[in-house]
Amino acid sequence: MSISRRDFLRIAGFSTLFGLGAKSAFEMLAPGELEAKLTPNPKALSAQRWAMVVDMRKLNEQTAEKCIEACHRVHNVPDFEDPIDPKDKIDPEEKIRWEVKWIWKEKYEHAFPGQAEVAIPEKIHKLNFLLLCNHCDNPPCVRVCPTKATWKREDGVVMMDQHRCIGCRYCMAACPYGARSFNWRDPRPFIKGDDESYPTREIGVVEKCNFCAERLAKGQLPACVEVSKGALTVGDLNDAKSKVRELLRTNFTIRRKTQLGSNPQVYYIV
Amino acid sequence: MFEKALVGTRRYYGVLGFLLLLSGIGFFIYLKQLDFGLGITGMSRDVSWGFYIAQFTYLVGVAASAVMVVLPLYLHDYKAFGRIAILGEFLAVAAVSMCMLFIIVDLGKPSRLFNVLLHPTPNSVLFWDMIVLNGYLFLNIVCGWTVLQAERNEVPPPRWLKPFIYIAIPWAPSIHTVTAFLYAGLPGRGYWLTAIMAPRFLSSAFAAGPALLVLLCLLVRKYTKFDPGREQIQTLAKIVTYAILINVFFFFCEIFTVFYSQIPDHMLHFQYLFAGLEGKGKLVPLMWVSIVGMTITAILLIIPSVRKNETTLAVACAAVIVTTWIDKGMGLITGGFVPNPFEGVTEYFPTMPEALITLGVWAIGFLILTMLYKIAVSVKEEIRA
Ligand code: SF4
Ligand code: SF4
Ligand code: SF4
Repeated sequence: MSISRRDFLRIAGFSTLFGLGAKSAFEMLAPGELEAKLTPNPKALSAQRWAMVVDMRKLNEQTAEKCIEACHRVHNVPDFEDPIDPKDKIDPEEKIRWEVKWIWKEKYEHAFPGQAEVAIPEKIHKLNFLLLCNHCDNPPCVRVCPTKATWKREDGVVMMDQHRCIGCRYCMAACPYGARSFNWRDPRPFIKGDDESYPTREIGVVEKCNFCAERLAKGQLPACVEVSKGALTVGDLNDAKSKVRELLRTNFTIRRKTQLGSNPQVYYIV
Repeated sequence: MFEKALVGTRRYYGVLGFLLLLSGIGFFIYLKQLDFGLGITGMSRDVSWGFYIAQFTYLVGVAASAVMVVLPLYLHDYKAFGRIAILGEFLAVAAVSMCMLFIIVDLGKPSRLFNVLLHPTPNSVLFWDMIVLNGYLFLNIVCGWTVLQAERNEVPPPRWLKPFIYIAIPWAPSIHTVTAFLYAGLPGRGYWLTAIMAPRFLSSAFAAGPALLVLLCLLVRKYTKFDPGREQIQTLAKIVTYAILINVFFFFCEIFTVFYSQIPDHMLHFQYLFAGLEGKGKLVPLMWVSIVGMTITAILLIIPSVRKNETTLAVACAAVIVTTWIDKGMGLITGGFVPNPFEGVTEYFPTMPEALITLGVWAIGFLILTMLYKIAVSVKEEIRA
């Protein structure tokens, strides 16, 4: 069927206006075609309940850095230290305020505040824990969002729709793990890479780790897992035979702030 | 009746012009904020709400306090308040309008505001807040305007208005309760995670709102031919007194639980606000002014002679407004975000552009208030003449 982009947008716009939604515009123009186009990639990785295990015994400083670098590169996360044009340099105070991060390092007493024991082994104090969104099973961020711009998928991944988000930042107040960042300014002058697999963001929306949903859909492991040399593992918590369950069965693991009832799904082996 | 807002003395035009100028400046800087992003404010990844949301919270209280005039009038048939009910209702209209503007200037993507309606989400408290605020605005405009019109025509208010008047009474505390629930249900923020939040909000609101109303009544008496009445002002003063006493009491209830239990998640926030953490404590002097000032004012207001003398009463009311404003407008939001979820300290203080946008919104609110009061007072003067 030949139809110009303009006509299509016009019809889609009208049908939205009458509450029919864009899907019915598709239906009107090409009945039955939409369903066919939306079948998932057969190679896609799936799970009933995604979870991640971080094995701190295998995570050294360089690996941690690599994980951060990989995530931030494929997701076009800005690096305010390093503008493309040196003229855009910002001062240190602004760097702290505007920081955007999806995965980052934190010492034990900051990652697990309130748990600091007196006689903890020296090596634990020195460790840099990798922190990211916990893809909570009972996520407070989802509970508070007034537009469903952040929601939990059936497989447990907590998603963000940056095209729906109104930037009210209620989710940032609700997340007890500091996992969310806001675009206080245009990030683009600070994005060196040109990765096209994930769109850059506009001013005024919230973002966070999305468990690499766009990669899982193509059958790829999350970017951080891929470069972690076995320190990071993702898998299905509901599958007793999965790698994640195997690790949880054979190791003592801890999670962040479990007392809050959000049921975080990132487990740490120390 | 609206034409009465358009004609007035030179002083009236002067006030309007001044407020218009301030709101114009605010609007101009808001355009800059739209262009650059909320980065022009002092907010950060760690303190992701600031001055705007704090003003919003404070003003929801001022709006809710209109009930303190309406309730005695309609439920206890306290006729004296019939004279000033309209002043309370119009104050509520102006305050709710400011609340909405503060929400809008705080949004990262104001153009998508209507997503809240397109994707209604009943599990979000913000969704309910939007409903109760809009409802309250509507109720106060309808009740205030209709009663005033009836008064002008010297007929009793129409019967269909009754249900609206009665609904507006419980609706008022509901707006401030829902606003408290925005904060009081968040698992990781110890400063806000307390059941006394909504009661504290209401007590400080019922002190600050009537205190503002006392000052407005005194101004109306001074500059117009309409006298809101000495008895009315004295009754308002008693309401202010009890509400501020209860507010101080609630504050110390919270302090007891937090410091006797010694749970760090709750205690650290108070330590930041009143003593500073890690050598950082921008708000410490302000917080002490607030709580010490509030306590002293509450005690002074108990003394009848302080209340009865309208000069000392005015000073006390100003003190109530300022101290509750510091508590809610400065301490409440920042205190909830410091320390952050990693027990680190990132401080917050509003920037100049942020302060000017805030001032602009207040100016728009006072512009609405001045015009509505002008209408109300002209009608009252007209009836007397
Ligand atoms: S870690 Fe925070 S952002 Fe991630 S799901 Fe949990 S509450 Fe939401
Ligand atoms: S900032 Fe966006 S994602 Fe977060 S609560 Fe608001 S609309 Fe939802
Ligand atoms: S799972 Fe993907 S999005 Fe999340 S931290 Fe790892 S690389 Fe980043």
